[in-house]
This record gives sequence, structure tokens and C-alpha cells, in this order.
Amino acid sequence: MIADPFAWAYDQLTALLLSLGMTAVWAQTVLRLLGAAVLATVLLVSTFFLIWGERKLLARLQDRRGPNRVGPWGVFQTVADFVKLIGKEIIVPTRADKAVYLLAPLLVVLSVIGIWAVVPLAPGVVGTDLEVGVLYLVAIGAVGTLGIMLAGWSSNNKYALIGAFRSVAQLVSYEVPMVLVLLVPVILASSMSLVGIVDAQAGMWFIVMAPVAALVYLITSIAENGRAPFDLLEGESEIVAGFNIEYSALAFGMFFVAEFLHSLTIGAVVTTLFLGGWRGPGAEAYPLLGFIYFLLKTLSVWLVIVWIRGTLPRIRIDQMLGFNWKFLTPIALGILMMTALVDKMAVAAGWNRTVVLLLANAAAVGIILASVQGYARRQRRRDQAQLAPVEAAPAAVH
Amino acid sequence: MEPLQLIFLVTGAVTLLSALMVVVSRKMVHAALWLVMTLASVSVLFVLLNAPFLAVVQVVIYIGAIATLIIFAVMLSRRSMDDRGPQTSHRWWLAGLIALALFAAIVLLVVLHPMPTAALPGAAPTEALRQLGLALVHVDGFVLPFELASVLLLAALVGAIFVARPPDADTAGGEE
Repeated sequence: MIADPFAWAYDQLTALLLSLGMTAVWAQTVLRLLGAAVLATVLLVSTFFLIWGERKLLARLQDRRGPNRVGPWGVFQTVADFVKLIGKEIIVPTRADKAVYLLAPLLVVLSVIGIWAVVPLAPGVVGTDLEVGVLYLVAIGAVGTLGIMLAGWSSNNKYALIGAFRSVAQLVSYEVPMVLVLLVPVILASSMSLVGIVDAQAGMWFIVMAPVAALVYLITSIAENGRAPFDLLEGESEIVAGFNIEYSALAFGMFFVAEFLHSLTIGAVVTTLFLGGWRGPGAEAYPLLGFIYFLLKTLSVWLVIVWIRGTLPRIRIDQMLGFNWKFLTPIALGILMMTALVDKMAVAAGWNRTVVLLLANAAAVGIILASVQGYARRQRRRDQAQLAPVEAAPAAVH
Repeated sequence: MEPLQLIFLVTGAVTLLSALMVVVSRKMVHAALWLVMTLASVSVLFVLLNAPFLAVVQVVIYIGAIATLIIFAVMLSRRSMDDRGPQTSHRWWLAGLIALALFAAIVLLVVLHPMPTAALPGAAPTEALRQLGLALVHVDGFVLPFELASVLLLAALVGAIFVARPPDADTAGGEE
């Protein structure tokens, strides 16, 4: 029971439902619904502590104290904020499309929580082992994009609409390299199921075999989440607050919850795809231990995301698009082709996959750095060439 | 009643209702949203038929791409909140007649060729997925249509970039 509380609880509840006179199929259905409800509720409640933790970490990074009034170390600050949000009025702007306006935040939260349905939390504990799990991750993200667009449109506010267009431009662009590098773990595991990908990492984590893909995935995920340095979705000085400008109270809170929960979700997905999921010493015998490993890995990735947020300044929209289309997309394409070729060759020739792929990745990093250096040098030369005639001009007049 | 039957009945009802709302709702964006709802219910039907690949692809392509495109087009082309155009065109009765005839033809087909009532294929869906993937790249399978579709998509991409290019980009010599 201690070692495997998940299976224990499942057996107990099944026995209880069967004793109430349910058939086995109905008992299973009820338990599945119950499991989904419990998972979603735990995730939403955990957001309280995520927001507190993130504010605390950001404060330390910026040499501040952070929330410290409500409860020990300010741990109940978010609860107080939440109570305040509940007490506020949900304002629907004049001539806004009310049904769509209220639907949009729900879609955005749904797209984040839906990801957890396929993430294996511990050995044998997964919402559903979809054999197209990776494709599902892409599909459910599309629902969030739809939600943001509807939020911007239904607000009947031009700033909200411009903000929504900007968001959708960012989300759709960064989806391209994200989907491309998502194929790298799929190639390495020869499976699209997230359970299959975790199983394939029994020997070696994919972050060792595909470090560049893992990094590109992390960057594009942060961009999909719309947080610093990609938080130009809410440029205060240009588009006031972005697509959610008209939202108030809990309707705004839903976007907020979705954003903060998304960063933990990125951690969970990166853990599953590249860090071996719940794998660790002794995890197979004791599923609870596996869950603890999963949680630790997820929180480490989350910590890195918060760290990046506290470190890097916001980029401009042209930099955002240029970085995606001229830097990340070519890298993702190249890495995908390289991994497919090198992995096939390594398997065919009987080489050690890990060593060969690691060397190939190192070579790829070398090529990327060299080409970036070359680009920067050309850029500098061009800038100097443009500057030179300006300096010569006054002499010509005299 | 089995739970799957219940889910099927509810999903079927939602599909039909939202499909009806696509054609009767007055606002274009609402019609597009009901279309999204219809497509989502159809993907649930695919799940019930033990075809998760089709279900997810349905969401990726129809909701993620096509519905988003439709909504974008409506948002950019209509005056956003005052969208109350006429519901019908002047030949609506002809369209209704064709729809009825199509429905009658489908009913006739179902009656003449009863659906096989065998149980769902018990084979692991993973195997079906593998076969599908192999058929697309195997020489004896559909490799030629698959590659043709890729070339077509590439042509569409190039065309889209050409259309979107500002006209003065050629004379200015671009960035390089």
C-alpha cells in the first residue's frame, strides 16, 4: 500500500463501487471520471503554491523579499488574492459577445489541463496511454490558441484584437519548430505514446541523446506559454495589456491560472520527453518513488523556466519572429534530419547510439555557433559600411 | 446500458445539434464555433470507434488549422460585432432539396447494405497505426500520392510567400 498507493486506491474504490451493485464496466467508467476530476482539481489547487513559489523565486532573483505578509513566508498570499478575485465583478464590455467572451478563458485552461491526461505520472499511473500522445500534445495546444483568439475578438476592443493577433502570430510561429523537435524523441523511441517514450528511456535519457532538441523544445514551449522573454503578448506601452485587457475578476484569473500552470506543465512534458519521466533507481518496484522522481524533475525544469523569466528582458516583436524563423526553425529541421540519419546509421552499424548521437549533437552545436558568428560578423561589416559615408558627407560640402 | 452506448448517444446528439446550429445561428463567428463543436464531437466518435489517430488528426487539422483559418477570415473580413446579414440566399429551397435528396440516398444506402455488426477490431491500434505509416512510405503502398501531396503543399507554401511579399521587395533587393 505504501509502495503503490495508486493501485491500492484504485482496487479499494473498485471494490466499493462493485459492492454498491455496479457492473465492472460502469465502475471503471466512474473511476475514470473521478480520476480526471481529482487530477484537474489537484492541478488547479497547486497553482496557488506555484504562483507563490514563482513570486518568491523572482523576488530572490531580483534581491527583494517577495510576498511575506499572509501566513508563514507569505504562503497564503495567493489564497488572499484569489478571495479578492472571487469578490470582484466579472465585467462584460458593452456589445461584447457574451457567450464567447465567457467561453474563451475556459478553453485556455482546458488546453493546459488537457495535456496532463496523457502524461505518465508514475509507473502504471497515466490518465490514458494514447498511442498518438505526442500528436495529442499538439492538438490540445491548438485549442488554447483558439481560446486566445476568441478572447481578443469577443472583447469588442481594438487593443484586445491586436493583442490576440500578436499572440496567435507568436503561438502559430513557434509551433513549427516545436512540432519538428517533438519528432526527435518520437524517432528515438519509435513510439508516439508518452508511456512508450518513457519506457524507451530506460537505458539513457533522451536529453543526453538529443540535447539540442531538448533545448529548442524548452525555448519554444516558453514562447508558447507567452512568458518572459517572450511576454511581448502584453506590451504595456503599445497594446496596453494584450488580448485579456477587458477581462476582470475570475475570468481574468483563469488566464492567469492557465499561464502559471502552463509553466509546470512544460516541466512535466520536458521531463517525460527528455528526462526519463518517472524513471530513477527503484522506481519500478515502488511507484510512489517514481512519482517523487517525476515531481522533482518537473519542478527542476519549472525552476529553470522561472529563472529565465527573472533573468532575460523582453524581446521585440521583430526579434521574436526573426529568432523563430531564421534561427529555431532551421535548427529544428536540421536536427530532425540529422537525428533520423545518424540514429538509423548507428543502429545499422551496431555503434553505441548514445555516443554517436552526442557527438553528432556536438558537431551541430559547432556548426550553429560558427554560422551565428559569421552572421554577426557580416552584420557588423554592413553596419560599418552604412556608417562610413555619413562621416564623409560633411567633408564633401566644404 | 453500457457506458460506451451512453457516451455514443450523448455525442451523437451533440453532433447533430451543433451541426444544426452551424446553419441556423445568425452570427458568423458563432456558426464557426458551432462548427468547431461539431468537429470535436466527430473526433469523440472516432475515439469510440477505437481510432485515436483519426480522432487526434481531426482535432489538429480541422480545429487547429481549418477552423482557426475560418475564424480568422471572418474576424478580418466582417464588421466585428454587427454581423446580422440575411440567413438565406434566394435559392435556399434548391439547397434544401439537394440536402434532402442526399439524406435519402444515405438512408437508402444504409438500408440496402446493412452495416456489419461485428465487434470492434480487437487488434492493437498501435499495429494499425504502424501499418498506416508504412503504407504511406512503402513502394507498394501510397508513396507516390504521399510525395505528390508534399510537393503540392510546398508549392502552396511558396505561393503564399510570393503573394504575401510586398511588391517593392524585388526592386529594393530584399535584405541580402
